[in-house]
Amino acid sequence: MSNLDLSLARPILEGVNDTGAGGLKLSVQPLRGMVTLRADLSDTTVAAAVKTAVGSDMPDVRKATETALWMSPDELLLLTPYGEAGAAVAKLTEALSGVHHLAVDVSDARTMFKLEGDAAREVLAKGAPVDLARDQFGKGDLRRTRISHIAAAFWQSGESPDVFEIICFRSYATYLWEWLEESSREGTMPGIL
Amino acid sequence: MSQPNRLETGGALIDRAHKITFWFDGRPYKGHPGDTLASALLANGVKLVNRSYKYHRPRGVVSAGPEEPNALVNLGADETHEPNIRMTQIELHDGLEATSQNRFPSLQADVGVLNAAASRLYPAGFYYKTFIHPRHAWKYVFEPIIRRIAGLGKAPTHADTSQYEHTYAFCDVLVAGGGIAGLIAAKAAGEAGARVILAEQTERLGGRLLVDDDAEIEGKPAKVWLEETVAALEAMDNVTIRLRTACSAAYDHNYCLLYERSGDKGEAAQVRHRLWRVRTGRVVAATGMIERPIAFHYNDLPGVMLAGAVRDYVKLWGVSPGENTVVYTTNDDGYRTALALNEAGQTVSAILDSREAPVGDLIEKAKAAGLTIHAHTGIGKAKAKGQRLAQIETISFNDPDAEGEAIACDCVAMAGGWSPVVHLYSHSGGKAHWDEDLAMYRPDPANPPRGKDAEAMVVVAGSANGELTTGAVATQTATVTAAALSELGFTASAAAPSVTAPSEAAIVPVWCTPSKGKAGLGGKHFLDYQNDVTVADVALAAREGYESVEHAKRYTTLGMATDQGKLSNINGHAILGKTLGKTMAEVGTTTFRPPYTPISFGSIAGRETGNLFKPVRQTAMHDWHAAHGAEWEPVGDWRRPYRYQRGSEDRDTSIHRECLRVRQTVGVLDASTLGKIIVKGPDAAKFLDLMYTNMMSSLKPGKCRYGLMNNENGFLMDDGVVVRLDEDTFLCHTTSGGADRIHAWFEEWLQTEWFDFKVYVANVTEQFTQIAVAGPKGLELLGSLDSDIDFAAVPFMGMAEGTVEGCPVRAFRISFTGELSYEFAVPLSFGLSLWEKLHAKAEALGGGVYGTEAQHILRAEKGFVVIGDETDGTVTAHDVGMSWAVSKKKEDFIGKRAMERADLTRPDRKQLVGLLTEDPNEVLPDGAHGVENGKAIGHVTSTYFSPTLKRSIAMALINGGRSRFGEVIEISTAKKKTARAVICDPVFYDAKGERQDV
Repeated sequence: MSNLDLSLARPILEGVNDTGAGGLKLSVQPLRGMVTLRADLSDTTVAAAVKTAVGSDMPDVRKATETALWMSPDELLLLTPYGEAGAAVAKLTEALSGVHHLAVDVSDARTMFKLEGDAAREVLAKGAPVDLARDQFGKGDLRRTRISHIAAAFWQSGESPDVFEIICFRSYATYLWEWLEESSREGTMPGIL
Repeated sequence: MSQPNRLETGGALIDRAHKITFWFDGRPYKGHPGDTLASALLANGVKLVNRSYKYHRPRGVVSAGPEEPNALVNLGADETHEPNIRMTQIELHDGLEATSQNRFPSLQADVGVLNAAASRLYPAGFYYKTFIHPRHAWKYVFEPIIRRIAGLGKAPTHADTSQYEHTYAFCDVLVAGGGIAGLIAAKAAGEAGARVILAEQTERLGGRLLVDDDAEIEGKPAKVWLEETVAALEAMDNVTIRLRTACSAAYDHNYCLLYERSGDKGEAAQVRHRLWRVRTGRVVAATGMIERPIAFHYNDLPGVMLAGAVRDYVKLWGVSPGENTVVYTTNDDGYRTALALNEAGQTVSAILDSREAPVGDLIEKAKAAGLTIHAHTGIGKAKAKGQRLAQIETISFNDPDAEGEAIACDCVAMAGGWSPVVHLYSHSGGKAHWDEDLAMYRPDPANPPRGKDAEAMVVVAGSANGELTTGAVATQTATVTAAALSELGFTASAAAPSVTAPSEAAIVPVWCTPSKGKAGLGGKHFLDYQNDVTVADVALAAREGYESVEHAKRYTTLGMATDQGKLSNINGHAILGKTLGKTMAEVGTTTFRPPYTPISFGSIAGRETGNLFKPVRQTAMHDWHAAHGAEWEPVGDWRRPYRYQRGSEDRDTSIHRECLRVRQTVGVLDASTLGKIIVKGPDAAKFLDLMYTNMMSSLKPGKCRYGLMNNENGFLMDDGVVVRLDEDTFLCHTTSGGADRIHAWFEEWLQTEWFDFKVYVANVTEQFTQIAVAGPKGLELLGSLDSDIDFAAVPFMGMAEGTVEGCPVRAFRISFTGELSYEFAVPLSFGLSLWEKLHAKAEALGGGVYGTEAQHILRAEKGFVVIGDETDGTVTAHDVGMSWAVSKKKEDFIGKRAMERADLTRPDRKQLVGLLTEDPNEVLPDGAHGVENGKAIGHVTSTYFSPTLKRSIAMALINGGRSRFGEVIEISTAKKKTARAVICDPVFYDAKGERQDV
């Protein structure tokens, strides 16, 4: 793969909207490298491979670390800088030689959003059947769920209880953007979270 | 403008200092903040508010709550118009606009009242009996007329501009109802540390405590206790109180719906309605009771109301529903209404009590107040003057033939007893049982609705459980709430607040008051006000054999109105039982179905309207397509360019141009929507051999093979090209709409049947943009690209990986057009960049883009099938002439045995053939039937005008078609019109495949 030109890689959607209720800010995140890893997550070799590939410990069930998201009992989504997912796949392949697994670069399959603000939880609760009470959903908690009509996942990546990262499949990104914008309108929050 | 029926004093809810104007049927009226539309109209002396559904009888307000069957209005106008809203639940606001329903031309002079004159012609089951013959008359004559006359509110004509919202919420205890039971339960749960949502359908907490303040709780007047309790609840962080929010439904696994109407109050709130989906540990149904009317002759006249409602209007809104009231009661509670009216200075002409010797605290109070009590007496007949109640005649239960007493009155307060609101208990299967002593259906503790751990998920508290006194309400609520909290792992005290309240004696229910003469048949003893179902109707249904309560309901329409029988069902079932000689328990009840009261369409839609109504999936080139004149075709959730408009050319011209471009020069197609699934593992080849009809294990790495997929019944369900990326890894392409389905299909087999297989799958559909480059100038185009791939060296059904114009690609040499063709898979972020380059190169060679319709024509010219066009779930690989793709060597694959069944091997099955019309310019209609001797022998599956062949072509499934090449058959093209076509091989063009395999 010589002459690869990363500047040719364009996000499907770009933008920031900070006109939502209570200073809500919605933004499309820059492209990220992503790797789907399917394997026996209880296998220590797999945990070591994840550590080698993206520097993360194995995330617990429905948890996210900075670079590893739990997606299902035998599936992780690993995060890298854009353009480096291939190298992560190569590291996994090497570390998991002889171990049954599937590692595949899916950097372009999803769009990542960030939703920040006091009302962020209430916005998500409008479309996701997830208990978003502050003592039920905190740092590192992740849900692979749906938002409105579409499949999505979100997690609280940092200390702030008001900042969420959201991913959905790329073809639905425009729909989710519009849904998040609509659902962020001032004066429309139920006021319970 | 005065409010003639507004009392001088009283009215706990209204703000007398302020007046507001509202409009009913185009006339302005005054009311106060705190009024409902019903209380304000009553205050203004407006008693006639609606016409009934069937007979168009004049009707007035009956109740003061959600059970109201009569007082429905069109609320708002144009963009805010909502029909069939109960005016008893509409909070008044300045400028409110409402119109009455079901009348023409006006409420006072309605022509539909002719129906009533002919009411003897409309017995129970009228529709069933009358409109059976002649058959077609129903559709063209009867139904249009009936629909015009009978109907409730008007359907809105304008798009709704209000905002509607959804939200999910979670709690340990959802308390439905903010009366005394709900408050006790919420406080106990809140103090125990549970997360609590308290939902109250009105705008106020306190329930009947606000009206019936004759109890002392914890040694304090009821109102003081109420204020203190509400303050305590408001101070708890773990308790959420939502007013104007009804718990509409309790579904399986404690999934409940709340319907919040915060924005109906006028301009203030931005969100009109919000639908809550709540998952809770337990529901405490503190939903109270609904009072029952009493059947008597002309009990539907405006002015005849429920006794509790009369009391509500007096005490909550300072409105007297009548100047001269007769209370007709079966229990002690009716006396409260008489006392309330008396205290408000209104005349109570008589209290008629069904019981022989009523005694008790309340009766004594009434006697002390000097009110007249007629024991063992009912209303034999009511009479109207104009369109209002004017007089009643009493009837003695001891001696119904004795002369009754005529009493002038403009209001009757009916106290027929109480029905616990067991709806939430019943929605998910909880049963109610008949309590003969209390004359009511109560929740049966032995048959609760059960949650996932078989726990009783709905706990019924207070009067909803049939508790009739404040003391019993408090004790029972405390006990069941503590038990529920303890099951949820909380520690709670079961101590109930102490209560002192008047004693109450037992009810003697009256299901139908006797009347003298013909009136005694019950033809004007109304049970269901909205649907005009009478005692006579139910009795007739019983006599005609509709013995099951569910059958009688449907035959008479008892309980089928918008109030769902809240007032009418129990009385109706009692009449049914009486006619059949059965007890209430033997008759049983109909099913209580959610929602408790109707909810708005807006709340169901939420924000999912317009762009958000349904997701649209877009490829990386979506905007590019739009900018280049794409006409969209929906494929699953995807939008694909069907064709690209150029200038003012017509549809066919653009499609034919795109076809010929591929045949003559080179075309590019956005094929990104094709499903792409990675299958990897030591058992991947073995797995795919089972999933596909053909052999995949023999495929060499770097090679492609077209594969067919069956369901278990041996019918085709998907197809696509399978690429072996390496020994253990395959890339399976699926149809555009099929990716998610096939991914789930793979997972299902791996997780449930072949869990011992070492195979992982991943759906990478969204990772790649896929671009087809097809046409005789394809190699010339590829040769001009900056790439490390030697395209000429890639064989047909081969694959190469490399870089093209700076983009990382996989190139598959496969063809769905019959031309020399490559498909490029490129990471989606690079998709648009590569597309623009390829398109520019194609244009430079005289080619360009082509859409899905051109693709469909090109493949039809080649006889390639499309799953969903040539197949419909009943078609096998053999039927479409693809036996070559069904392995005979494999021991097994999905659908193998099914394909060997006798019916799937019949030689006369529908088989795929080509059709050439005798008139080359006649394009057959899609789906047209082949006909022979008056019978259908198959149908057209794909049909086009082929610009390549300059004639029409079609593919069809025809009985035994493959042995009939050369025969001419007739195809039905329109009514009494057929076309002649010759059956031929479905490959119309380049049968040897020389163009794709250069």
